Amino acid sequence: MQSTRRPKLAVWKFGSCDGCQLSLLNCEDELLTLAGAVEIAYFLEASTAVTEGPYDLSLVEGSVTTPHDAERIQEVRATSRHLVAIGACATAGGIQALRNLADVGEMTRTVYAHPDYISTLESSTPIAAHVPVDFELRGCPVSRHQLLEVVSAFLAGRKPLVPAYSVCQECKRRGNVCVTVAHGTPCLGPVTQAGCGAICPSFHRGCYGCFGPTETPNTAALSDVLRSCGMSGPELVRIFRTYNTGAPAFAAASAAAEKRGGPR
Amino acid sequence: MTHQTRDLSLEALSRVEGEGAMHVVIDGKTVTDLRLQIYEPPRFFEAFLRGRAYTEPPDITARICGICPVAYQMSACQAIESACGVVVDEPLRALRRLLYCGEWIESHVLHIYLLHAPDFLGAGSALELAREHRDVVERALRLKKVGNHIMDVVGGRSVHPVNVRVGGFYRVPTLSELRGLLDELRWARDAALETVRWVSTFTFPDLEVAHEMVALRHPSEYAVVDGRVASDRGLDIPVDAFLDHFEEEHVAHSTALHAHRKGGGRYLVGPLARYTVNHDRLPALAREAAADAGLGPECRNPFRSIVVRAVETLAACDDAIGLIEGYEEPERPAVPVEPRAGVGHGITEAPRGLLYHRYELDEDGAVLSAVIVPPTAQNQDAIESDLRRVVVENLGLRDSALQHLCEEAIRNYDPCISCSAHFLDVTVERR
Ligand code: SF4
Repeated sequence: MQSTRRPKLAVWKFGSCDGCQLSLLNCEDELLTLAGAVEIAYFLEASTAVTEGPYDLSLVEGSVTTPHDAERIQEVRATSRHLVAIGACATAGGIQALRNLADVGEMTRTVYAHPDYISTLESSTPIAAHVPVDFELRGCPVSRHQLLEVVSAFLAGRKPLVPAYSVCQECKRRGNVCVTVAHGTPCLGPVTQAGCGAICPSFHRGCYGCFGPTETPNTAALSDVLRSCGMSGPELVRIFRTYNTGAPAFAAASAAAEKRGGPR
Repeated sequence: MTHQTRDLSLEALSRVEGEGAMHVVIDGKTVTDLRLQIYEPPRFFEAFLRGRAYTEPPDITARICGICPVAYQMSACQAIESACGVVVDEPLRALRRLLYCGEWIESHVLHIYLLHAPDFLGAGSALELAREHRDVVERALRLKKVGNHIMDVVGGRSVHPVNVRVGGFYRVPTLSELRGLLDELRWARDAALETVRWVSTFTFPDLEVAHEMVALRHPSEYAVVDGRVASDRGLDIPVDAFLDHFEEEHVAHSTALHAHRKGGGRYLVGPLARYTVNHDRLPALAREAAADAGLGPECRNPFRSIVVRAVETLAACDDAIGLIEGYEEPERPAVPVEPRAGVGHGITEAPRGLLYHRYELDEDGAVLSAVIVPPTAQNQDAIESDLRRVVVENLGLRDSALQHLCEEAIRNYDPCISCSAHFLDVTVERR
């Protein structure tokens, strides 16, 4: 039984900024090759043509924030052989997961003139909180190189080569001087998963954690370092509460910082 | 057949950024219902900006839109710097403009070739286009990459650059890093000129809109990073007076906010408005290309916005070359910005039109309140009004053709639904 059918690729959007799916269109050198290797069967941002499922690989961007989306993700899962969550929104709830710590009713009243028109959930949750996910690719936004690797791996039926080590290792490999050691700049590199290419330290800036936590991050030890770099308690709380605020290790670190308090 | 009801609704718009739907119902010869619906889930940026430090909005608001993050970063920086009474050094301002050129090139090329051109050529996507016109699509991708490359070099990456901060940058690029962009940029300038010629050969439906055209205006530049707010009807106000002249209304039918001129009517921001307000500020090369492409000193046909985008791409390439050629490494990467209690306003020209930010800070620099008015929210009223005309003037078309024309009319505005919906939601109303 053999077929020459090209695998079908679908790209889905949930609550997000479109940045991760744009990363796919930003693979300028590979896009036409990719479009030859797969049938881009559903990618509304790029194409009017829609082919019915089932799809061999679905890339899902964004988090689930509305009752309608909670249903829609079930449909996407049902029609996808493999489902890969791409980006901090899809893997951790994204920056909009800050609502999980707040009173959504109050937020709605702050932003909207007619809160009664707004239909939204109390929380912003990652895709894996709703359906089984075959792979999670981190980043806000994802790296386009890693995205291509993941797509190629799934099409070839192998495991994606996406390292689980920290930004620190990437930084060393790049030959960067450590911004914390050399300049006392607070940096989340030691607890953040690699993938970006250590961009921030290369620009003399501390990592701000947009790829989310590594597998076993020692956030307690790092928090002490950050405090000794002059970070205040509230600053520490906030730095863990950004694009991956919903990732358990970062949520725990910000909660610990909040509990311990410290000077403003 | 006396009373025929036609429903042209489209549940999911394609080739737009974000999630939107169009709702059109025609009863005989009357349009009884017409709405551009935005069903992008709300993400509450204004609410959770409160309590963050004054240094944070550039990175946080970038996440409103992955297609124009630089615009968010630039409007946020300008607003916060103005609240703190700081003006950045000229070389830093020039570098901001260069970064912004990268975003204009990337975003405009994406729209021209990947989202908009397929409409004029009867293709469903650029990838479909590539089958017959591979060279054209290759040119598009290479051109788009030049824009991204500028953002990589100046900003660290193209989606959500990391190098922008209140006061300037974390590290300024070296002269040789920027010079490395020049060869490709010179190619890009030629390719952009080709693009202007190419899109000018398309056939454009007739439509002239009377909306007031509103854009930033600068004394000598085609305004991008700063200026005064001006219009073709004589409006000329400083950025901090924006909310005195424009207001947003939370409209019941779609829950989308519609912006209006206070006491006036519908207005338009974006390429048509910029071109009409600032034609005399275009670089000579771009002005000539526009004339050769059949554009006069103003452009009021939204279908021709693709030509204007191409002209602006050319201007951005030309501008980027000039900025790099004149570049001297700034002495410091950023101006120090000390927080103080106050209110600051910022407006820059996002690829889709003017983007307004307002922040109120306390004496420690914590954000007390934030207001963001993105371009698509400002254009929504104009888009709906154009749609209505397109429908009424083309009632004779078959449903599928009319529906298609409507979708094209929406794409004229390159609506960025992610942006317009950062604070919006739509309860989808089913009949
Ligand atoms: S993870 Fe970041 S870049 Fe990706 S869609 Fe979400 S906000 Fe945008």
